[in-house]
Amino acid sequence: MGEMKRHLNELRVGESAVIDSFTDPELQVKLLEMGCTPGETIQVEKFSPLGDPVAYNISGYILSMRLAEAATVTIRSQR
Amino acid sequence: MNSRKIALVGNPNSGKSTLFNALTGLHQKTGNFPGVTVDKKTARVSLHNAMGSVIADYIDLPGTYSLHAKSLDEEVATNVLIDENNEAHPDVVIIVADATNLKRSLFLAGQIIDLGVPSILALNMMDEADAQGIHINHAVLQSRLGIPVVPVSAREKTGLQQLQELLVQEPAAPQLPFISTANLASEERKLLQSENTAWSEYKCLVKLHQEVKKGSTRFHSVNSSALQAEETLLRYGTIASILDAIQLKQQIVPARTRQLDRLLTHKIGGFIIFFVLLFLVFQTIFFLAEYPMMWIEDSFAWMRDQLISNLPSGFFTDLLTNGILAGLSGVVVFIPQIALLFFFIAMLEDSGYMARVSFIMDKVMRKFGLHGRSVIPLISGMACAVPAIMGTRTISNWKERIITIMVIPFMSCSARLPVYTLLIALVVPDTYVGGVFNLQALVMMSLYLFGFVMAIGAAFIMSKLMKSTEKSWFILELPVYRIPQWSNVFYTIYDKVKVFLTDAGKVIIAVSIVLWILAGFGPGEEFKHVGAEITLLQDQHPEPNDSVAQEIKIRQAKQLELSYAGRIGKTIEPIIAPLGYDWKIGISLLTSLAAREVFVGTMATIYGAGDEENTDPIREVMQREKHPDTGLPVYTFATGISLMIFYAIALQCISSIAVVRRETKSWMWPSIQFIGMGLLAWMCSFAVFQLLS
Repeated sequence: MGEMKRHLNELRVGESAVIDSFTDPELQVKLLEMGCTPGETIQVEKFSPLGDPVAYNISGYILSMRLAEAATVTIRSQR
Repeated sequence: MNSRKIALVGNPNSGKSTLFNALTGLHQKTGNFPGVTVDKKTARVSLHNAMGSVIADYIDLPGTYSLHAKSLDEEVATNVLIDENNEAHPDVVIIVADATNLKRSLFLAGQIIDLGVPSILALNMMDEADAQGIHINHAVLQSRLGIPVVPVSAREKTGLQQLQELLVQEPAAPQLPFISTANLASEERKLLQSENTAWSEYKCLVKLHQEVKKGSTRFHSVNSSALQAEETLLRYGTIASILDAIQLKQQIVPARTRQLDRLLTHKIGGFIIFFVLLFLVFQTIFFLAEYPMMWIEDSFAWMRDQLISNLPSGFFTDLLTNGILAGLSGVVVFIPQIALLFFFIAMLEDSGYMARVSFIMDKVMRKFGLHGRSVIPLISGMACAVPAIMGTRTISNWKERIITIMVIPFMSCSARLPVYTLLIALVVPDTYVGGVFNLQALVMMSLYLFGFVMAIGAAFIMSKLMKSTEKSWFILELPVYRIPQWSNVFYTIYDKVKVFLTDAGKVIIAVSIVLWILAGFGPGEEFKHVGAEITLLQDQHPEPNDSVAQEIKIRQAKQLELSYAGRIGKTIEPIIAPLGYDWKIGISLLTSLAAREVFVGTMATIYGAGDEENTDPIREVMQREKHPDTGLPVYTFATGISLMIFYAIALQCISSIAVVRRETKSWMWPSIQFIGMGLLAWMCSFAVFQLLS
């Protein structure tokens, strides 16, 4: 109970998690439309050479976003 | 014959453009959507099947992920689809779906089906799906979607005939809704529905969102974001059940793409490869384009000679040769550079690498208000600003695009090179610094660096000054790597060259003629007198020997001095004197407005020595040139550097102005650019001259 929520930007290369919810309503719609729906597994593919943005492996394709954008996605661990 | 409007919609990277090219070929042309700077690709093709024929008016709508538009491009696409009064509104829609990304593709497909527009799903990239072992049961998919499903491969050109035959038939509305939107904002939606009974349930919802976005008072309580989120979840629910029914296994990113990315976006290797690529692009445009450009210039010179020797001398011939033909030459000569740059851009885009460029450069570019996609246009600007500015189309955020367009001309383009070369040879001593570095080469490199610093500095300042309401987010798909489709590359080049010739070409020729008038005509008797002398000499000596040629040159210099251009040069002398220039330089500044390299030719005329190719005589004369009142040399170190700085900054290129006007759809931005850069050039040259003298 009361475990701290983790966010997508905290994951490291190769780590994966399950999408839980979103903290920004507008970004939420954009991400949902791109297939980042709650329950989907998302994995960190790699970081850009400069550290930002990040490329994620989700729904069978690669989606990149800035760390600030990833920070609006709350995640939980895969069961 | 019946005509039918057919729109192609689909996600970016779904092969929509490849399909459009395959269906339309050279029938395509590019225009603009009214009022916005979004390209509109259309084509008219006649189609037939065993039953009949129809004239198809195809339109390729901008790639979009959803009808709830989040960028200008997407807005344009949505407006075309939901507004029957929109002149591009289609009779039937081809929804291009990526068979290797079906889940996401079905999202947009569902929205379009719910709009009630007659649609056909083109299941594209079947060749790749087969290669990845993805099997899609299209019969089941068709029955679940309620619209025809045609498997195609735009690349391999399979399934096209089946698609075209379907298009000849009368389009039928979708048979099933994708989702039920009954519970989404039902009150507000019912209100809109009652006002527009012909609209589908979903169309009312989309219209509702649009009104809310515009700030409508009667729907102020509607929470658009929450509603769209709810709708999206509903849709993905349906998609999941459809994918289940066709037993589609979960796609995975092909290994080849992941491996390539390991290299191309590597911490160190990625950057190195990228810079090597940039270098390659720059070198190609800079050097390789020289050959066709020289050939074009020679051809026009040949045409000019032909006309001069075969037509009677006089006003009309002169207008034709030195006005119109020269202007035309100034336009056509850009084609090699434009073609080469877009060859690269199309290759990078089609292969999927372009998205990685944005991925790598985004963090750096953002600091200067630019986008990852600004890099290639910026670097190409070092070869030539004209194609570079045209290449900014791919930057979807308006503020980022306009900043990129505005700063590209600061990058030292190849036209500045002859000016720098002449001036450096004139005022910079040919010595070595520290025994190793050639001073002249160092100055040249510094000028290039200066241009670069000005560009990003200006970008930084502009990004702070400009307000923007458009959200800037990065969220970008990194598509699977593919071998570029040559036909796509070809059509891109064909399209850009055509657009440049028709659009910018008009402006360039018009201004060339004006400048021709200024330099070729003058008030007063003396002007006419000198002109008559020249004509007499040329008629008497069709093949002049050296001394006659020199006599002609002296008179031509005089003629330029007495022309309107010369008078303007003398008039502006007080303004440019603080920069260290005299009226002769003033004339050159004026004529260089056409193109920077004209400086050398004008100098040759004014000093009656040499020409563009042969600059040593010009340099020698310039070195001896003295101010009439002080007896001091005109071309001192201070003047030379000041002049170089002026050329480094000022916007002296009508072609750039013409292209900026085209890309921004107004004269405002090019005017700001011209005046702003001109003032900046004046101030910097002033500072430099005062400091150095």
